[in-house]
Amino acid sequence: MSAVDTTFIIVASMLVMLMTPALAYFYGGLVRSRNVLSTSMHSLSMLGLISILWALAGFSIAFGPDIGGLVGDFTYTLLRGVTSEPLSNAESIPGVLFMVFQCMFAVLTVALVSGAYAERIHFPAMLLFSALWLLFVYCPMAHWVWGNGWLANLGALDFAGGTVVHMTSGAGALAAAHVLGPRMDLRHGGGGLISPHNLPMTLLGGGLLWFGWFGFNAGSALTAGPLAAHALVTTHMAASAGILGWICVEWKYTGKPTTLGVVSGALAGLVAITPGAGFVGILPAIFIGFMGGAICYGAVLLKSRLGYDDALDVVGIHGFGGTWGALATGIFATAAVNGVDGLAYGNAAQMWPQFLSVAAAWIYGYLISRILLHLVDMVIGLRAKPESELMGLDISEHNERAYQI
Amino acid sequence: MKKLEIIIRTSKLNSVKAALETLGVHGMTIIEVKGYGRQRGHKEVYRGATLESQFVPKTQINILVHDEGLKSVLDAAIAAAQTGELGDGKIAILPVEDVIRIRTGERGDTAL
Repeated sequence: MSAVDTTFIIVASMLVMLMTPALAYFYGGLVRSRNVLSTSMHSLSMLGLISILWALAGFSIAFGPDIGGLVGDFTYTLLRGVTSEPLSNAESIPGVLFMVFQCMFAVLTVALVSGAYAERIHFPAMLLFSALWLLFVYCPMAHWVWGNGWLANLGALDFAGGTVVHMTSGAGALAAAHVLGPRMDLRHGGGGLISPHNLPMTLLGGGLLWFGWFGFNAGSALTAGPLAAHALVTTHMAASAGILGWICVEWKYTGKPTTLGVVSGALAGLVAITPGAGFVGILPAIFIGFMGGAICYGAVLLKSRLGYDDALDVVGIHGFGGTWGALATGIFATAAVNGVDGLAYGNAAQMWPQFLSVAAAWIYGYLISRILLHLVDMVIGLRAKPESELMGLDISEHNERAYQI
Repeated sequence: MKKLEIIIRTSKLNSVKAALETLGVHGMTIIEVKGYGRQRGHKEVYRGATLESQFVPKTQINILVHDEGLKSVLDAAIAAAQTGELGDGKIAILPVEDVIRIRTGERGDTAL
């Protein structure tokens, strides 16, 4: 047990917690003013629901003793055996601290998916879907990669959640966009004009996400040593390069750089470096972030080509950014940072587990999400009623209005 | 008496208000409106998606004037609001049958 590590992970947990309210700001500014509270609610209510489910069962399914490489067992349900004594997952910090650090990741990941179904989902259906999604999608994925599951055993590298957090939420988001269908105003004849109602709010959220991400990535070292410092630097540089990558492409294709482009590019860079933050060098991190910004800009445009309404671009940024990051980790990982070489350092074999983790996250995440969505649709009905959607979910689902003017 | 509905660029509100005040116009009603004329809308781009905004925000000033003050008020408003570019706005001049000051019950020109 280390007091320094414990202190560090306490702070990191607090930083990752901040990312969920930050996401509420980020997403809330991007929707129309009649849906800003409901969209914030999709993130904020996860702090309630997912935290408690994590304590009851989620942590055990993800990090309990392994069953066949697929899931954890029920040893830690109701947090039995999760005490101030370290667990094998993180031997220098109290078990409860590891549990709550991972809890913050789970909350954020489920909240990330909400960007896909914003402005049209029925709130009770959202709650049920999120609860099921945690238990049947996130927890198994976390187990496969971080809980000594089959992907971990194959040597897949995912430092802080490119696969578990970003690709999985992207796959869930794609399924949600497919099953829910587009917002009424985007349907044929609906007008097709939807623009963000408060970009300064989104910029605030983006800034806070970047800040929280230091806890997310550096904290994933689970010790306060040089690896955490390295991850902090790669994280920052990739976010910075992500801004430049996005802005360059945007400037070229639309003629003007935008603030939404800056904050989206930073996010894309952060997503892209997440799996490799503790495996790649700093110069490769800059390249990964820059390309993350450029790739995600293109990926966001896919939704209008392919016809799914991923309202706030979870697929484009988290799905594609995470995929690029996972593959780039396989390319640029170096033993000098964390003991594993990638393709660029002569170990082409590392690409195979990276590719498998990409395929597993997309296929498993998408299929199970679709099943869960159809199930919830049968039980509760996923979509808000048409008149509720037109009136705005703030009034129709929550009896509140954001702006009294 | 006439009622003027003066639709101007939002950025010109203060200068029009100041110009009217020097002529003794001591009250006005302001409405934030949206619309389009020959100026049309403008382009907005969000994450690479281009939206043609259909309506431009404008400010509408409603005032009541005595018939004898009409020309000087119109001249002042036009001078203050004009840039010479598309989108400077419009003024509509409407006849007013009567006006009542609610506080005192006065009617007609004395109520202005």
